[in-house]
Parts: sequence; structure tokens; C-alpha cells
Amino acid sequence: MSEFRINVNGEDHEIDVEADMPLLWVLRDVLGLIGTKFGCGIAQCGACTVHVDDVPMRSCSVRVADVAGQSIRTIEGLAESTHLHPLQQAWIEHDVAQCGYCQSGQIMSAAALLARNPNPTDADIDAAMVGNYCRCGTYNRIRKAIHGAAGLMAAQYVNAAEVNA
Amino acid sequence: MKQRNLISSVESALGQLRLDRRSFLKITGVAGGGFVIASVCPAVLASEAESESAASETDGEAPVVTSELNAFIKVSSDGKITIYSANAEMGQGIKTALPMIIAEELGARWEDVEVLQSPVDESRFGRQGAGGSTTIPRTWNQMRRMGASAREMFISAGALVMEVSREELKTADSKVTHGSGRYLTFGQLATLAAKQEVPDPDTLTFKDREDYTIIGTSISGVDNLAITTGLALFGIDTRVPDMLYAAYHKCPTIGGKVNGANLDEIKTMPGVVDAFLIKGNGNVRELLDGVAIVGTTTYAVFNAKKNLEVDWDESQASKDSWTEIVSRAKSLAGSRGPDEVVDKGDVEKVFADPDNTTLEAFYEYPFVAHLCMEPMNCTAHYRQGRAGEKDTLEIWLPSQSPTRIHAAARSMFGLKPDQITLHQMRLGGSFGRRTSSEYICEAIEISKRVNAPVKLTWTREDDIHHDFFRVGGFQSVKGAVNSEGRLIAFEDHFIGMQTGGRAVSGSRFRATEFPIENIDNAYASKTMFEISTPCGPWRAPGSNTSAFVSQSFLAEMAHAAGRDYLEFLLEIVGEPRWFQEGNIRSLNTGRAADVIRLAAEKAGWGREMPDGSGLGLAFYFCHAAHIAEVAEVSVDADKKLTVHKVTVAVDVGPIINMSGALSQVEGAVIDGLSTMMAQKITMENGRIEQSNFHDYQVLRIPDSPNVDIHFIQSDFSPTGLGEPALPPLAPAVGNAIFAATGHRVRKMPLSEEGYTI
Repeated sequence: MSEFRINVNGEDHEIDVEADMPLLWVLRDVLGLIGTKFGCGIAQCGACTVHVDDVPMRSCSVRVADVAGQSIRTIEGLAESTHLHPLQQAWIEHDVAQCGYCQSGQIMSAAALLARNPNPTDADIDAAMVGNYCRCGTYNRIRKAIHGAAGLMAAQYVNAAEVNA
Repeated sequence: MKQRNLISSVESALGQLRLDRRSFLKITGVAGGGFVIASVCPAVLASEAESESAASETDGEAPVVTSELNAFIKVSSDGKITIYSANAEMGQGIKTALPMIIAEELGARWEDVEVLQSPVDESRFGRQGAGGSTTIPRTWNQMRRMGASAREMFISAGALVMEVSREELKTADSKVTHGSGRYLTFGQLATLAAKQEVPDPDTLTFKDREDYTIIGTSISGVDNLAITTGLALFGIDTRVPDMLYAAYHKCPTIGGKVNGANLDEIKTMPGVVDAFLIKGNGNVRELLDGVAIVGTTTYAVFNAKKNLEVDWDESQASKDSWTEIVSRAKSLAGSRGPDEVVDKGDVEKVFADPDNTTLEAFYEYPFVAHLCMEPMNCTAHYRQGRAGEKDTLEIWLPSQSPTRIHAAARSMFGLKPDQITLHQMRLGGSFGRRTSSEYICEAIEISKRVNAPVKLTWTREDDIHHDFFRVGGFQSVKGAVNSEGRLIAFEDHFIGMQTGGRAVSGSRFRATEFPIENIDNAYASKTMFEISTPCGPWRAPGSNTSAFVSQSFLAEMAHAAGRDYLEFLLEIVGEPRWFQEGNIRSLNTGRAADVIRLAAEKAGWGREMPDGSGLGLAFYFCHAAHIAEVAEVSVDADKKLTVHKVTVAVDVGPIINMSGALSQVEGAVIDGLSTMMAQKITMENGRIEQSNFHDYQVLRIPDSPNVDIHFIQSDFSPTGLGEPALPPLAPAVGNAIFAATGHRVRKMPLSEEGYTI
């Protein structure tokens, strides 16, 4: 066991785990962030996609020791402050999910795409999303929702509204 | 999707969270077009029903009184309408669709509706399993009765308060309204309505279709906010206090017994709490022998599992070999099987007539895996009763048939249903997979042994090795057309699989298989091979392979007759008629012809196609659904296949949730293509040879075709759509490949024939 400091969704965590423990299981079992899903354990399906220093990575195949000190963003931290990310809105609007299990990984891959390319073509989407399996076959709605989210972002649809807590 | 529906569905989803005060998110408003989340705090999972009661206990605001109209409907004095969805949600959309039916008959505004997964209690909710595309047809009247019954109770309450006769009142927009314009809201009337006499179900009347305001619209799934923000929904997300994590390692050869393992070494591995052998009861659907590892994280037990060294006794285990199965089957090509299924007319006479054109072909399809994105898992807490109290069991299970575990719990653990609490979790895909109880029994046994709540998670390798596969098989078919090019005889030798003398799921050849009922001369027989490899239902069992054979071969016959397949197929379908009058689950040739014509028309059937491109048509009837599909493909010189578009025409009667229905059809088409392209499970000496996504591939987004869907919303009562759009896909693509290249595909997957995508 070794101690690591990781930053997840803006919060620092001191954790005492095996250095080889994949980030996926740190998130799910140690920190209780179950939005990131286990699909294959060999970086083939993309269900476990998170951002490590803004880069989409398969958390099932990233050792926690290798991301110590880095910033990790998961589906739970995608909403900016208290607003749903445009992708989350678009995913709801286009009713993308069927079983829904792969969708947090899909959204995280899409979020990384839109962060570097705010107006992707279908080919850009295919290239960015090729690592994310969906057994239910929601791919066409995923494409539509990514275009939809790009449109929302372009229109500055999401205002910085006051939190009405 | 319509904006109204979008807003209503999102608000509904937000409302659901608002209810759940102990949960992760609190939604407090909608501003600037965005959705505002006020606080984010992790919490131990509570079932939705439990959260609700907790909310009312801790609610410090003005008291809200909630009244129960019936098992499915509660209405609060603040106007909130809670509708319980009682069946298993696995992506087929019933958690949204069934409450839509209730809300429609009730006269609710969808914006006021919050949907919760009901507790598992079949005495209150009726059968709570889901499968076979039966939930919509099975519950359609039940849901309408629930909504209509509550509606009548609101009207009775309204009549009392407004002092008018019931006949002068109606419900709409969550209000009881008088002809004069006076109205009372459901919230105002809820307490009184709940005290009204429950109407006799036989007196209830249902809305006319033209008056629908909810059914037939597009409503975004009620769990979508939770799904997109990563809230706990699925079985694998379960976290309960003091929970341990478990892995279970079974013999890679089905039926192998465990002699021993390096348990002492495993117990010293980091995070491992315990490791022990389990002697099963030999029932593959309950508990097989294996090694359990229990630890403090999933990683700890998965990592230890890699280091397991197990001494298996495989003497009585499966010896199945796909190579041997194929070779035995091929030796039967052109023959008849020992078991006759159909014998009508005189096929031999037709085949012997030199004026007829006779054709024979041999079709093959492999075993395939379910590959639910959420691997099998279950959380169980077996509590030993203290001081004479009974033992109790609590299970958080992703299952298509939650109460099925009662039988195994009784026989294996001596527990009666009143000792068991079941929590139905959302299923991360199922496709027929989560109908067995073994992953549940394993979790129970492990929890009992360690005397703690345990979450058992299968690795993906476990999930593939220990699936209940879609069965592979073969069909040797023969047909004849007469000198006018009309199909006059069809013969099928079905080569299927059985275990213990019983046909496995998907290996039951039906005497009603198209086109047997439609022609005068037909013969079908079967040969069954005994296997040990477990098989189970897989999205449209039987149909997903038989459609490939029959619709490909009929297109072969059309070609042999020099005829266009659309015209040939419509001729076989024939004049509009029932095969069993009034039985919605029997072929209706009028509905069949309508979807075939519609798909052909929308796809531009008959148009000139460029070299290397082609259209392929297929029709199939199963699960009471009449569906036709036209695939448009191109194939290059290296056999690289592109499926540009699939046009689908569907008649399942009225559509409940248009968005969900479109999803089911689109998903079935993509799933069908994924499966036919490259998926194949093989076994040698009883061992499954594939293990994970690297050697068992799913279609990826760049290869996903455009899907163009058209519904014929006939007046027949609605039926299910989770499965029936899948079977026609494979023959449509196969027929399109033939049109594009002249090469006839008689074997799945296409990768075996040299195709790539």
C-alpha cells in the first residue's frame, strides 16, 4: 500500500492503495464515484473513460501511481459548477441512452472532443468516439447529440445562471 | 424531439431527483435554459422507494400529504404524481413507456409525473419480469386500467366537491374540469379521491386514440438525467455499508468440479479478506463449483483471481467442439432429420417434376455471446438470524426476472419469500442474458459464507466464458418454383442443439416458420445435437437465425426464377388474411404486405444502383411484429462492406413512446449488423475460445449505418419492439450483398466469408 494524492473533480483526495490499482477502481470502490463504469478491463470498450489532465483515458488501464498529482475529471464532475454540460443536456434532449451503461464513457469522450474541436464533423466524431462501444446501438443518436451540444455551446445556450440553492 | 416533450421529460427527470433528498443531486431550478444542480454529495445508495419515505420524514417544509390511488399511482397535495414502473428496465424503455400509458388514461400532465422503480412485490404489481417483447402487450390493459381507475376516483371526488354529476366532469392536464370551465387540481382532490370507491374494472372505459396527448409522443427516458450525470442506477453501482467485494472463478470447462486451489497464497494477497472453495449443486443456472475471493475492492479480488491456481476435475465436464459440430452438420446437408416437424402437400412430387426449378442450400450460423455492457453482478446480504430469529436475505439484483430467485433461495438456502427483500436495479443491457440465477446464487452463497454484504462482479472474461449463448446451428433448405416462377415447395432440415434431451433456447424450429403456412407443399424435419455448452435466450431467440436462412433462401429462389424479390415475396405473402383469426401473435398477411411495400417504397426499391452497390429486402414476423427492412450496401474489390442505409417499416400497432420505439428499431438494426459482421463464439474440448472485446468485436460508431424508420400505426393493440427489428437485418444485408456482387452469403458471421466493415 502506498499513499497517493489525486485531484478528482477539483477535490484533493489522499488515498492509501496499491500502486497498481487501476484508476477505475480507485474511483468506484475507494471514492464511491460509480458513474465511471467497468466494461472490459483492457481498454477496449471505453465505458471507463475519464479525463486525466483533460486527456480522455481508459481508467481501467491507468495505474493510480501514474496519475498521482494529476487532475482527473469524471462524469460526476462534468457539470460546470452547477450547470449540466451541454453534452448532458443534448444527451437528454436526444434521448440517447437505451440501457445507458456505456453513456458516461461516451459523454466523457465527447467532452474531450468538443473541448478541442467545438464544431466537429461526422468524421471528427467517428474518430474521437471509435473507442467507445455501445451494444445497444445508440451511435446515430450519439452523433446527433454531439452536434446538438456543439450547437448549444456555439449559441452560448448555457448562461451562467445564479444558483438558487 | 418536440420541445414540449423535451422540457417535460427533463423536468420529470429533475423532479424525480428533487424527490430524493438523500441522493446525490438536488435540483432547485431551471435557469437560462440550463439545469441547475444545487449540491453534489455522495451518498450510500438507497432504493428509490426508500428515498421517498425518507424524504417525507425529513421534509421540514409545509406538510405535503400523499395519497395512494392504487399500487401504481400516488398523488400529493402539491400536485406531484408518482407513478411506479414495476418491470425490469434493460434499455427497452418500459420504465418510461408504461407510466406514459397510466398518465394518459389518468389525464395527467406529464410534467407533473415522477416515475419510480417500484419495490419488488408481485402481489401488488403483478408479474414484474420483462422479456420476450411481451411487457407492452401483457401490461397494456393493466396500465390503462390503473390510469382509468384513478381517473374515475378523481372524477367522483370532483363531483362531490363541485356538487355536479360525474358525467359533467372530465380529467386533463392533472385537473378535474367541469363543462363550465370550473376545475380542481389533482393535488387539491388527491386525499378525497383516494377515499372514493375503487371502480369495478369491467366498467372502465379507455380513451380513444385521437384523444391521446401522451401516448405516441416522444418522451425522453425518465432515468436520463441520472445516466448522464453518473448517478447510481445499475446493479454494479450498488454500495451498502460494510460491503465487501467478491470475484468468483468457475471452471473454464463447463461443469468442471473443483478439487483445490492455492488458497493460502491467495489469502496473503493485498486487499484479500478471504478465499474459499464452493461446491455447487451442479445446476448451471444456480451454482457451479468454483473459487470465491473476497476483498476490500474489486481490484483486490480481480488481481488475486489472476493468480489463482486451481485443480479442476474435468472428467465430467463439457467436451463440446465447434469444429466437430460443424463437420457433423455438414455431413447431413441435403438429408432429412429423424424428427418430422411439418409435412403438408407433397414436396417430393414437386421436386421430382422436371418442369419445376429446384434449388438446395446449406446455411450456418454460430454461437454468439450477449456481451451486456454491464458485466454480470449482484449484491447480496445474507443475515444470520440471532436468538431464534429467522435468517434474512437482501439482494440488489439486475435481473429480467427478479422473483425467479425465490425458487433457488428456497431450495438452496431454505429461505421463503417473506425472508427475502429484493431491489430491482436497472440492467446495463440484457438481451435475454439476465434470466438465469447463477450470478445471484453465487453472491448469496459468498455473503452467507463471510457473513457480510458482498458485491460480486464478474470479469469480462467470466462474462464471456460463462454466458448462456445464442445457440449456433444449421439449416439445409430446398425449394422449388414452377414454370411461372411461383414458389410451390419449401423444405427445411433444421440442425439444432439440445441439452439433456431438451432443445435449448433458440433451437426450437416452429411449424409456423415463414413461408410454411403460406404455401401448399412444405416439409420440415430436425436433427438435434446433444451439447453441454449453456445456451439461453438472445434477442429474438430462434428468429434471429431462422430469418437469415428463410429470407436469404427465398431471395435465392426468386433469383433462380428470374424474378424481383419484392414481387416474389408479396406473391408468397398473398391476399390479406389471418393464419389464426384474431390472434395478434399469428401472421397477418395484410400487415405483412403493407410493411414490405412501405419499406420498398421508402428505400427506392427497383432504382438503378451503381456497380458494386445493391439493395436487399427482407421481411420477418415474430413477437407479434410485422417488420420489413431494406439494406443499401456497397462492396469493394477487397470485400470491404459499407452499409449505407437500412430502411425499416414496422407494424406493432400504436406506438407508446415514439422516441423509445425509434431507439429500439435503430438499436436492433445496429446490433444485428454488429452480430452478423464478426461475432462468433467457438468452443473446443468444452472451453470457450473467446475471452474479451479484443477477440469478440462489437460494431463501432464509424460503421453504424443510417437507419430510416417508418411505423404503420395500425389499430391492433400495441406489441413489443425490443427484439423483432433484429431478425430481418441479416438477410436484408445478405440479399444486398448478393445484389451488389453476385455472391450469396450463407454463413454468419460475414468475417468468415472474407468481408470486413
